[in-house]
Amino acid sequence: MLATLFYEPSTRTRLSFETGMIRLGGNAVGFAGTGQSSVSKGESIADTVRTVAAYADVIAIRHPKEGAALVAARAAERAGVPVINAGDGGHMHPTQTLADLATIRQRCGRLTDLTVGLCGDLMFGRTVHSLIETLCRWGNIHFVLVSPPELRVPQYVLDRIDKASGCSYEQVRDLAGVIGSLDVLYMTRVQKERFFSEDEYVRLRDTYVLDRARLAAARPDMAVLHPLPRVNEIATDVDADPRAAYFDQVANGMLVRMALMAAVLDDPLPGYGDEKRQTPAGEQ
Amino acid sequence: MEVSSIRNGVIIDHVPAGTALEVLAYLDIDPASTRLALVMNAPSTRYGTKDIIKMEGDVPVDLEALAIVAPRATVAIVENGVITGKHAPTLPDRVVNVIRCVNPRCVTGSERGLDHVFYRVPGRHAFRCEYCDEEALR
Ligand SMILES: [Zn+2]
Repeated sequence: MLATLFYEPSTRTRLSFETGMIRLGGNAVGFAGTGQSSVSKGESIADTVRTVAAYADVIAIRHPKEGAALVAARAAERAGVPVINAGDGGHMHPTQTLADLATIRQRCGRLTDLTVGLCGDLMFGRTVHSLIETLCRWGNIHFVLVSPPELRVPQYVLDRIDKASGCSYEQVRDLAGVIGSLDVLYMTRVQKERFFSEDEYVRLRDTYVLDRARLAAARPDMAVLHPLPRVNEIATDVDADPRAAYFDQVANGMLVRMALMAAVLDDPLPGYGDEKRQTPAGEQ
Repeated sequence: MEVSSIRNGVIIDHVPAGTALEVLAYLDIDPASTRLALVMNAPSTRYGTKDIIKMEGDVPVDLEALAIVAPRATVAIVENGVITGKHAPTLPDRVVNVIRCVNPRCVTGSERGLDHVFYRVPGRHAFRCEYCDEEALR
């Protein structure tokens, strides 16, 4: 039995957890938004999780506060119920990262010796932080960080790159100048509310739109990823291009969540066991 | 400037100039209820200027908390007017309820009953929140 505790809405992530569990032969319960639950009465995360841990075998939590998943994991520890972080504020979104990694490996055949471009809101984009952090464990990745100066990657993420073996980064403003060097281009949404002025938003938003014309400068085997939902940062005319990998990412998202839930419930899926023994080269 | 020496107590010397009150706050020592003398911006051969904190009585000094705010300070124990012991701050790997996380998006700001836990950044004099990884500002 899976419990999905979604304190903020995320259709895609929640549905992939729930359908994944049902496909594994289990069941799923939970809430989405805090309107109908006791959370709206001010219950702490720890109390809610301790309660739910009495009903469920595994918990997936999405919460706007950073570190909420750690609080939940500790609260459920005594009951022996594993907690999966389904996104905590601007901090981490590790299951999205698993989907990203599965997609990169599907497209590139490896998770090391890659030039990975990340483009858009790199400051608040948690999928970006999780992906960089995780790729650093494999090593030999060159990150090309494309963002406006106001939305650069936080220092702690840059520190992580510096620490990882064979990893390096460059920070640039323009996508056009670097797109030809990339194996992977990870696009993210530039969110309007992050900007100080409307003018600035409009100017930067249009800098980071990927369309067929811009894609023409990219390598024929580059993979375009996006955590979705998108607004306008990838034009729909890119969807038909074989380099578009973002709908593969959606499918992989459910598969990796199935594998993860099966693994934490000590019933690993056949075919995923061997992966576990692979030690990332850049592991610190 | 002459400040009367203490008979039985603790002297924290080599405190960065101008930070004595901040140090007391970190050490959770209430200046209103402790018999103490502060020497601020005293000349120092080592650092130019420094602060000195002299406290009368058996005041416990948290050496880990001191290490965070004044890593080069020294702590001397005074008994009957003579120094009987010296301690150096010890930089901890993990501190609990010494630093508060100021990240408005951090769960420690909203969840009740949660300790504020910070871990040391390897190789640097810096601490990050265990929950949100935000670096503590000093
Ligand atoms: Zn924090």
